[in-house]
Amino acid sequence: MVAQAEEVIQHRSKLLAYIARWLLTTNHKDIGTLYLCLSFTLFFIAGAMAMVIRLELFQPGIQFAEPQFYNQMVTMHGLLMVFGVVMPGFVGLANWQIPLMIGAPDMALPRLNNFSFWILPFAFGLLLSTLFMEGGAPNFGWTFYAPLSTTYGPPSTDFFILGIHMMGISSVLGAINIIVTIFNLRTPGMTLMKMPLFVWTWLITAFLLIMVMPVLAGLVTMMLTDRHFGTSFFSAAGGGDPVMFQHIFWFFGHPEVYILILPGFGIASQIIPTFARKRLFGYHSMVYATLAIAILSFVVWGHHMFTTGMPVTGQLFFMYSTMLIAVPTGVKVFNWVATMWRGSMTFETPMLFTLGFVILFTIGGFSGLMLALVPADFQYHDTFFVVAHFHYVLYPGAIFGIMAAVYYWLPKWTGHMYDERLGKIHFWTAVIAVNLTFFPMHFSGLAGMPRRIVDYSLQFTDFNMVSSIGAGLLGLTQILFLYIVIKTIRGGEKASARVWEGADGLEWTVPSPAPHHTFEVPPPFPPMMEDNERTPLNE
Amino acid sequence: MTETHNNQRKQFILLLSLAVGMFGFAYAMVPLHPVFCEVTGLNGRSSMGAADPIAISQVAPSDREVTIQFLANVSHGMPWEFRPTVQQLRVRLGEMYATDYYVRNRATQAVTGQAVPSVAPGYAAKYLHKVECFCFTQQHLDSGEDQHMPVRFYISNDLPEEVQTLTLSYTLFKVPAAQTMRLASSKL
Ligand code: HEM
Ligand SMILES: [Cu+2]
Repeated sequence: MVAQAEEVIQHRSKLLAYIARWLLTTNHKDIGTLYLCLSFTLFFIAGAMAMVIRLELFQPGIQFAEPQFYNQMVTMHGLLMVFGVVMPGFVGLANWQIPLMIGAPDMALPRLNNFSFWILPFAFGLLLSTLFMEGGAPNFGWTFYAPLSTTYGPPSTDFFILGIHMMGISSVLGAINIIVTIFNLRTPGMTLMKMPLFVWTWLITAFLLIMVMPVLAGLVTMMLTDRHFGTSFFSAAGGGDPVMFQHIFWFFGHPEVYILILPGFGIASQIIPTFARKRLFGYHSMVYATLAIAILSFVVWGHHMFTTGMPVTGQLFFMYSTMLIAVPTGVKVFNWVATMWRGSMTFETPMLFTLGFVILFTIGGFSGLMLALVPADFQYHDTFFVVAHFHYVLYPGAIFGIMAAVYYWLPKWTGHMYDERLGKIHFWTAVIAVNLTFFPMHFSGLAGMPRRIVDYSLQFTDFNMVSSIGAGLLGLTQILFLYIVIKTIRGGEKASARVWEGADGLEWTVPSPAPHHTFEVPPPFPPMMEDNERTPLNE
Repeated sequence: MTETHNNQRKQFILLLSLAVGMFGFAYAMVPLHPVFCEVTGLNGRSSMGAADPIAISQVAPSDREVTIQFLANVSHGMPWEFRPTVQQLRVRLGEMYATDYYVRNRATQAVTGQAVPSVAPGYAAKYLHKVECFCFTQQHLDSGEDQHMPVRFYISNDLPEEVQTLTLSYTLFKVPAAQTMRLASSKL
C-alpha cells in the first residue's frame, strides 16, 4: 500500500519535473527544440487547412466548404504558415545554432528567451480558438485589409488582434536577444566579417524584425480602436483612409517576406560549401548583398498596391526599386553557383534540398520580376499568378531551407544519422509535388483565375485538378518527414563530431549529440576540426 | 563579465527603444499620409477644406476648356439617395462654376452623413479648388427629408496639358451616432 503510494508520488514528481524542465528551461538547445516542435505542429495544422482548400478547388462548384468557411481556411492557412511555421522555425534554428556557431555558452538573455517562446503557444492557441467562435475565424485574408477587417470583420477579429500583439512581442524580444548574443558572445577572434553566413543573415533578419513588427503592432492597434473606440484611421466617413491601411501593412509586409527568406539564404550559404567541399565564393559580397536586400526592402512596398490608383511617378519608383532588388539577389544566386563550380559535390539530402531551394527560389524571383512590371501587374494582381509567385519563394524557398537545415544539423542535435535513403525519397517526392502543385497556378493565374474565391469557371478545371493532386502528394511527404525525424531521434547510425566530411565551423567541434552545455570557455577560432583536411571558411 | 553585462543591458535598452520608436512610426504615418497625399496629389485625395475665393479674382480665365464629370456613390449601409443634378460640365480654366447634388434620406429615422471627395486622375486633385462644398461639413437629414447641396469650384490655369477630363467623385458615408456626438462636442 505504502509502496504503491510512494510509486505514485514518485511518478507524479517525475512528471512534474519533466514539465518544469521544458516550461522553465533557459537552455538555448531546449528552447530551440521547443520552437522547432511548435513550428512543426503548426505546419501540420496549417497544412491540413491547405488540404481543405485544395480539396474544395479540385472541381469547380462548391463541394465541401461554404464560401465563408473557405475564406477562413485561406486566412488561417496564410497567417499560421507565415507567423507560426516559418518564423518560429527559423527562430528555433537560430536558438540551436547561433551559440554553437559563434562559440557562446548560451543566448545572452536566457530568461527572456524562455519568455519569448512561451508567449507563442498562447498566441497561436488564441488564434486557433477563433475557428470555434460564433461568427467564425477571421476571413479577410492574411493581409486583413480594412474595411474587411474593421467594419466587416467577424467578432473573433479582436482575438486575432490580441494574437498578433503577443506574437509580435515574442518576435521582437527574440530578435533583440539574437542581436545582443551576436554582438557580445562571439568567441575571441571571430570578427563580424568572419561570422558564418547563417549568423550574418540572422543578424540582419533580427534588425528587420525589430523595425517592422512594431509597425504591425501599431496597425492592429489602430484597427482595434477603429472597431471599438470610435477612431476612424481607416474609415473615410470619419476622415480616415482605407488606402493608408495598405501602406502601413505593406511597409511591414515587404520586409516581412524577407524575414521569411534571409535565414534561408544563410542556410544555403552554409550547406553548399560543405557538400561542394569548397570555400564559399564571395563571402563579402554575400554579406553586402544581404544588407542591400534588407535596406531596399523598406522602399518597395508599393509594388503590392499598383492597382490602388497610384500616380505614374509612384508606380515608376516602386517598379524600379523592386527590380533593383533582383540585383543583390542575383549576386547571391551567382555566388552559390560559383561555389559549386568545379567543387567535388556529393548529393546528400541537405544538399538536395538546398539545390531545390536555389533553382526553385529563382523561379519565384523571376515571377516576382514579372509582377514588378506595372502594366503586367495590372493583369496579374489578385490572380493565382501571385499565389504561384509567393509559393515558389516560400515553399521551396523558406520551407525547403528549413528542411535542408534540419537534415544538415539533425545528426548534431540527436547524435544519429538520419536514414539517407528515406531522406532522398522525401526530397524527390517533395520536389515533384511542389512543382505539380504550384506550377499550374502560373497558367490559371495568367488566364485570369482570381485568388481567394471558393469557386472558379470551368476552363480552369484541369489546372486545378493537377494542383490538388500535387498538394495531396505534398501533404503525404510531410508525414514521411515526421517519420524520418522521429526515427532519427530514437536511434540510428552514430554521428561523428564533424558529421559531414566537408563541414567547417565551430558547431562541428563539439561532440554529437551536442552536450547540454557547450563552450563554457570560449573555443579557439578558427576552429580546430576533427581531422586535419580543414578548409577554413574565410581567411 | 560585468562589463559585458553592462553592454548587454545598454544594447537591450537601445534595441527596445528602436522597437518602441517604430511603433510610434506607424502612428506617425497617420498625420503624414494625408499631408503627403495632398501635396503630391497621390491617391486622388481631394481637399476637404475651402479654397480661397480671393485667389481666383487675381487670375485671368484662360481659353482652355476641359470636361468635368460628377459622380456620386453611397457606401454600404447608407440609406440615402444621392446623385449629381448635372452629369458633366464643360468648364474654362480659371473661372468659377457652381453645380449641386441631390440627396434624400430614405430611412425611417434621421441620419447624419459625410461626403468624401476624390478626384481622378489623382494628380489633378490639387488643381481643382472647391470654394464651397457640402463635403466641408456633415449633413443631417430627417426621415424623408431631401435637399440640394451646392458645390462651387474652379480649376486653376496650370492644370497639366494632357488632362482633358476630370472626375469629381463623392462617396457618402453614414456617420455613426457616437461619432456625431463626439464631433459635435469637439466643435464647441
Ligand atoms: C526578386 C524578388 C521579388 C520580387 C521582384 C517580388 C515582387 C512581388 C510583387 C510585385 C508582388 C505583388 C503582386 C501583386 O499582388 O500583384 C509580390 C507578392 C508577394 N511576394 Fe514577392 N517578390 C520577390 C521576392 C519575394 C520573396 C523572397 C518572398 C518571400 C519569401 C515574396 C513573397 C511574396 C508574397 C507573400 C506576396 C503576396 C502578398 C499577398 O498579396 O498576399 N516575394 N512579390
Ligand atoms: Cu513585396
